This record gives sequence, C-alpha cells and structure tokens, in this order.
Amino acid sequence: MGLEAYLFLAATVFAIGLFGVMTRRNTVGILLGVELMLNAVNINLVAFSRFQGDTLGMVFTLFAIAITVAEVAVGLALVILIFRTRRTAMADHLDLLKG
Amino acid sequence: MTADVVAFWGLAVLLVGSALAVVLTRNLFHSVLWLALALTGTAGLFLLLEAEFLAAVQVLLYAGGVVTVVVFAIVVTERLVGERLSHTSRSVPLGAITAFGLLAGLVVSIAGAPLAGPAPAMPDDLTPELGYAVLTRHVLPFELLGVLLLVALLGAIYFARPED
Repeated sequence: MGLEAYLFLAATVFAIGLFGVMTRRNTVGILLGVELMLNAVNINLVAFSRFQGDTLGMVFTLFAIAITVAEVAVGLALVILIFRTRRTAMADHLDLLKG
Repeated sequence: MTADVVAFWGLAVLLVGSALAVVLTRNLFHSVLWLALALTGTAGLFLLLEAEFLAAVQVLLYAGGVVTVVVFAIVVTERLVGERLSHTSRSVPLGAITAFGLLAGLVVSIAGAPLAGPAPAMPDDLTPELGYAVLTRHVLPFELLGVLLLVALLGAIYFARPED
C-alpha cells in the first residue's frame, strides 16, 4: 500500500474523532474522541517515518503515546474531581465561568 | 492482491468501523470497549508498517493502560452518582458537517501533495535503532518525559484523593 492510503485512513479516523469531540455531551466521551484524534496522528507519523526510511517519526510516536497516557490520567482525575463537586459529567453543565 | 493489501483493507475497515462505534454508541462502557478495538487495529497498522516495537507499546500502554484507566473512572463515577451515566450526543448535524468539511479538505490536500514513492528497504528489526535514538540523540526529551509522567501521576493522585 502507498503512503496515500495510510494518510487517507488517518484523516478519516481524525474526522471521526473530531465528530465525537463536537457532539458528545459527556466529558469522558469527549476524551475518547480526543484519543481517536491522537491515534490518527500517530498513524500519520509512523507512515511518514516508514516511507521516508527515517526512524525519527517512530521516536516521536513513542513520546506521543507516553504523553497521551499522562494526559488521560490527569484528564480522568479532573473528571472525577468535577463529579465530586458538581455531581455531573456533562460538559454543558460546567458553565461556572459563563457571564 | 497481495497479503499486505488484504491486511491493510481489513484493518482499515476494522479501524473506521470501531471508531464510528466509539462516537455513535449510546452506552459509555461500550464506547470504551470499541476504542480498545480501534487502538488494537492501529497496532496492526503499525505491524504492517514494520514498526513492531511501536505495535507492542500501543497494545501495552494504549489498549491496555488507557482503556483500563477509563473503565476504572467510569466505574468510580457511576458509584459516586449511583446511576448510569448518560452518553448522548448533541448538535449532530453541525458536528457531521464540520467533520466532513475537514475530511474533504484533508483528502484534497493529500491527493495534491507530492508524496514520497514506494517505501525504501529498512533493516529487519528497527527496535535497536529506536533504542539507540532514544538514549543518544533524544535523551533530553526522554528524561523530561520521565519527569512529566511523574508530575502527571502525582497530580492525578492529588486530584482524585479521598475526601477528608
């Protein structure tokens, strides 16, 4: 398969993830959409790395995966904290800063 | 058709199908399980791209670690409220239009981009090369990553500590 095939596939997954981020009401659901988008970017990085014959993209992917794990841990801790104080996980209900 | 093409299309269908299920299903728990499937499909793509080490990392950290943590978070929050979390969608038409617009833009620019030709031959096993790169040229980001993970996990524990 050519490089284009991987890029088209990653673009599709990225668009699906964006759809999830925009439409989900639940903060955990939004986080899952972000995961899909990050995953699509990783596919792109590895595909470019393979087709350029350079391992730099794979090293970058390694870092991206590790940072995503940290992001998920902090994001879910925030969700639990919001749950404790506001008794909701709906992003629409978190409007304390609304004027 | 060679085995590579068949494997690519199989994984592509699996990945797109499970990604759609993640954003469309009405059960939050099922959403997470579909995400695990999508992440495993991505590991398969990494195998096709001859990045075996990344495929292993993907399965261990992503499909294993992230999904477990999300499942824990759902169970904990459901116990806190004592009811099922609702998992509905809003402004679906707007989201669909934006996503399709972005996809169309990306497809047009990918189709028009001057991309590299067929993949050059790479060494059989890239893992030693990756390890060498991480511990020589990229050793500073590698060490910073360790600090980041420590800080992020301490912060997460602090946020989610038991109420006193």
